[in-house]
Amino acid sequence: MILQGKTILVVNISGKRSTGWAIARSLAKQGAKIAYTYQNERFGSEVRQLFEPLDAIDVGECDVASDDDIDKLFKRLGDGVSIINGLIHTPAFAKQEDLSGNFVNTSRDGFKLALDISCFSLIALCKRALPFMEAHGGAVIALTYIGGEKAVKNYNVMGVAKSALESSIRYLAADLGSKNIRVNAISAGPMRTLAARGLKDFMVMYELIKEKAPLKRNIDPREVGDTASFLCSDMASGITGEIIHVDSGYHMIGI
Amino acid sequence: MSTEEQTLEERVREIIIKQVGGNNEQVTNETSFVNDLGADSLDTVELVMEFEDAFDMNIPDEDAEKIQTVGDAIKYIKEHIQK
Repeated sequence: MILQGKTILVVNISGKRSTGWAIARSLAKQGAKIAYTYQNERFGSEVRQLFEPLDAIDVGECDVASDDDIDKLFKRLGDGVSIINGLIHTPAFAKQEDLSGNFVNTSRDGFKLALDISCFSLIALCKRALPFMEAHGGAVIALTYIGGEKAVKNYNVMGVAKSALESSIRYLAADLGSKNIRVNAISAGPMRTLAARGLKDFMVMYELIKEKAPLKRNIDPREVGDTASFLCSDMASGITGEIIHVDSGYHMIGI
Repeated sequence: MSTEEQTLEERVREIIIKQVGGNNEQVTNETSFVNDLGADSLDTVELVMEFEDAFDMNIPDEDAEKIQTVGDAIKYIKEHIQK
């Protein structure tokens, strides 16, 4: 168990079909104590049920679009723990109409919303997490997708948000490195999560990966969880500002 | 109606009730997920995923959009399930 004695905050978990849950499960399996949040009560009851068998800390609701909510989240966290060793960032959102059709039609509001929830929230969370991590170092992990590096059909404004997120990973890594806080991202291949399955033609793309990716299969969310465990552990002590692809090798294929 | 079909119908109903709510008396073939059971957009996606997992099938987007009632789901799954 590579995370024994570590406490890791996972923001936000949306249910059994979420990457956040896959990560939390792997972290817990490696001995970490999980503190978890969820966006609102739409997800809360299912998430609490998932964590019931684990000795985890329910930190309650957090709307990452609200600074006030993020402040409150860390205040509640502080009632139970004084240090955390890791922060996992999972929120990403864009309006349904901005996730298909012509990218050129992206609205100003849709752009702001996608960048705010999917990218700025990482910076805002890191700022509040600092007092919990700076004395002893820590690991921050966010989730990205190849749509942030290359144009992927229908991914549209979310691709721009992921580019900004990946750039933020580098700036945060540079900024927080002196405090021994490592900041990395996992670029995961498509997974049958609830968020992804709702995207237009997701299953078409999902099937295509089986054909094109070197490993000839899609990834299991567990593999993203295990990579997150590694990145949070002392085994990854020399890695920061990195985007690790967990995608069956799909990212490096040309034709 | 064969026993096998009853079982499939019961399984579909069970999945719907677990995911979106309602009970066996309320959930008839005409019951709409959104209008009668108050399913939100995530519920409808999750319902499709539950059907896919339970019946080992892939439901394309254009088919999923047409599955709006309990009866639609039962009919679709009966027609597409791997025999």
